[in-house]
Amino acid sequence: MKKPFKALKLVGIPALTLAASIMAATSASAAVVPAGTQLAQVQELVRGNGSEPASIDPQKVEGVPGSNITKDLFEGLVTQDSEGNTIPGQAESWTVSKDNKVFTFKIRDTAKWSNGDPVTAGDFVFAFQRAVDPETASRYAWFMEIPTIVNASAIVKGQKPADSLGVKAIDDKTFQVTLEQPVPYFIKMLAHQTTFPVPRKVVEKLGDSWTRPGNMVSNGAYKLADWRVNEKIVLERNNNYWNNNETVINKVTYLPLQNTPELNRYKAGEMDMTYVIPIEHFKSLKKASPNEVKVTPYLGTYYYSFNTQRKPFDDARVRKALSYAIDRDAITQYVKGQGEKSAYTFTPDTISGFVPPTTAYSKMPQAERNAQAKRLMTEAGYGPDKPLELEILYNTDESHKKIAIAIAQMWKPLGVKVTLVNQEWKTFLDSRNDGKFEVARAGWIGDYNEASTMLDLNTSTHGQNDSQFVNEMYDELMAKSRVVTSDEERSHLYTEAEKILADEMPVAPIYQYVTSRLVKPHVGGYPMSNVEDNVYTRDLYIKKH
Amino acid sequence: MFIFILKRIGVAIPTLFILVLLSFFLMQMAPGSPFTGDFNMPPEILANLEAKYHLDKPLWQQFAYYLKDLLQGDLGPSFKYKDYTVNELVAQSFPVSLTIGSLAFLFTVIVGVGLGTLAALKQNSWIDYTVMTFSMVGVVLPSFVIAPLMVLIFSISLKWLPAGGWNDGSWQNMILPVAAMGILYVAAIARIMRSSMIETLNSNFIRTARAKGLPRHHIILKHALKPSLLPVVSYLGPAFVGIITGSVVIETVFGLPGMGQHFVNGALNRDYSLVLGLTIIIGSLTILFTAIVDILYGLIDPKIRVGS
Repeated sequence: MKKPFKALKLVGIPALTLAASIMAATSASAAVVPAGTQLAQVQELVRGNGSEPASIDPQKVEGVPGSNITKDLFEGLVTQDSEGNTIPGQAESWTVSKDNKVFTFKIRDTAKWSNGDPVTAGDFVFAFQRAVDPETASRYAWFMEIPTIVNASAIVKGQKPADSLGVKAIDDKTFQVTLEQPVPYFIKMLAHQTTFPVPRKVVEKLGDSWTRPGNMVSNGAYKLADWRVNEKIVLERNNNYWNNNETVINKVTYLPLQNTPELNRYKAGEMDMTYVIPIEHFKSLKKASPNEVKVTPYLGTYYYSFNTQRKPFDDARVRKALSYAIDRDAITQYVKGQGEKSAYTFTPDTISGFVPPTTAYSKMPQAERNAQAKRLMTEAGYGPDKPLELEILYNTDESHKKIAIAIAQMWKPLGVKVTLVNQEWKTFLDSRNDGKFEVARAGWIGDYNEASTMLDLNTSTHGQNDSQFVNEMYDELMAKSRVVTSDEERSHLYTEAEKILADEMPVAPIYQYVTSRLVKPHVGGYPMSNVEDNVYTRDLYIKKH
Repeated sequence: MFIFILKRIGVAIPTLFILVLLSFFLMQMAPGSPFTGDFNMPPEILANLEAKYHLDKPLWQQFAYYLKDLLQGDLGPSFKYKDYTVNELVAQSFPVSLTIGSLAFLFTVIVGVGLGTLAALKQNSWIDYTVMTFSMVGVVLPSFVIAPLMVLIFSISLKWLPAGGWNDGSWQNMILPVAAMGILYVAAIARIMRSSMIETLNSNFIRTARAKGLPRHHIILKHALKPSLLPVVSYLGPAFVGIITGSVVIETVFGLPGMGQHFVNGALNRDYSLVLGLTIIIGSLTILFTAIVDILYGLIDPKIRVGS
């Protein structure tokens, strides 16, 4: 499939041409069935979804399982085509003020809730306010703070009332958002569930129980039909969806399963798509049913954090030596082996709009990296006579363990003695957040398809900066990247930021994630290049089988 | 009997209170909180969440809040599943565990007692050896081996039965989980029943009955069965609560929406209210069924009449 429309970059493009070019792309938010394909009589899909979602309320969703379901149930101002490009959703067009701070959206006349009511600008105002309102206590309230929507932070902190948020309904079909600072990737962020509208009338009437089957009213391609906690969530086609004509699948069932139970259900023919492929089964499945194993790049990096506030990890030479000595190719090929890519930058190269630089150490052969590592260690005062003893902390999991064992081996020639420490998930998070570690396993999946979703992590004030890395120049670069207006300039700043990371090595990137799942051959339209792994059911179809 | 029940209630209330108290504080002592996640929330967002669930208050005050709601039968909102209260989660999941558990229990009692008796009557014959071999296998193999094995055979290879799901309690979906859950107990009960039956058959009163020339089936059903059941009852009584409140292994393997999954996931998610709620329910049921077993003892064996 050709990319019909390059991902949006708003800044610097005159608003009118932008709106026009967007409208040309609308046909992509639907299943594209190639001519001559025979469709099955029964258009029903059963998808694996990992675990029970914490919520399916757009402003309360946490984690991937809930996100998958809300993306079928609801639609924001913009959405994505199957390849992950931003395309118009409930808004058919929008304009941007000259200073890139005021965004005005025109909501489609055909945008309706599943009960037939029109989707209004008021519903968006309500949803945006709800996301920051301390009363809602949304875990994702920060998603409104990042693009600096006027007063968002003050409202979250309880300093201002929710209705002071920089959003307004100019009329029923015109919605306006004002930002405190220009945020170049704001439009892209609007495909995220936190920004989805909710039906004001229904939520106000029913309170928390509005998300139950029978109560829930949604504006996406599907509506909620059944929900049994820990068994299934069933969605049915929403005939009131503006683009309903293009939807093919009538019913989708999400099962909160993963690993072996999920694989068994798939093998028994009870599912069409899994959530994961258990690592121990990957090779045999790849051999037995190669056309059912789908591996796609995923917008994230697996890395090791060094606690830069602890000796000797406060010494960049030690961090670099340890990072250099990790043979990434060995890990991706032999330990993981699902098609992961070795990582030498923090930003994965699948990110849109930015090509991460080729860092100096990525070009060296491993032997040279090892030699460099030894030299750096000696410089830092460590070696076989004075071995460095350290602990690798990871959350209890076979795959993390295998990687840690491999890395411990790779560090041995440097005279490093490694102790592996594994902790249960929440205990692990506590230790890592409190800086009670020396080297800790970590991973980060981008929240939106723009490099700042990764690079911001290493700024000194970021909550996710586990390595407690403090570098003024880095902070400055990232702050500057938000205000520059040209893409080239921003790319340049990001490149500089990556260079600092390679020089200072607060974290050692190891590999770029992939998503691997089993998909039955009769499922059509499965996206092979949506790096955010947004698989919208409305883009899929079932072939005759 | 009435005094017996009163006494039991008198003991049950403080027991439950201590259970709630201990669980409440132990749960809070576990590292991490319901709100720790792979994403570190900005402090202001964490504060809002904690305020919403009263976690910003001192512990004793949180406990007081909890007790107050509990006395009104309200187990509070789930910390993890934001769209549900604990009462709702229990109302959805307990019937599933209860159905599967009761069926597994029935299956266990009928098959286990039957096989055990048969083995005892045909002591040292091939029947006895077969039953005992089977039950040895059943006791040794854990459910996380048996259950997936059954799925492999009956769902994936033979395609006779669904590999999982509850499906509003359709019988096809129940066969495998009930069997997988039951087999473990069948094995244990068959062994207990066999040895207990052999012991009874060798006792004096059975010899007397034989000497009187009573028919064999009459001796077994009327005289031997009841006393032989005593050890089975004392084994099954406490096990019963475990059976009907769900097994996390069975529920995970078969994707069943029961209480066992909630209990384990609740602990992993630090879903304080869910774990506490389930602890209270399981605790109450355990107290109830221990009392029932005591009453049953009396009915089966006049030597241990309660309250006398």
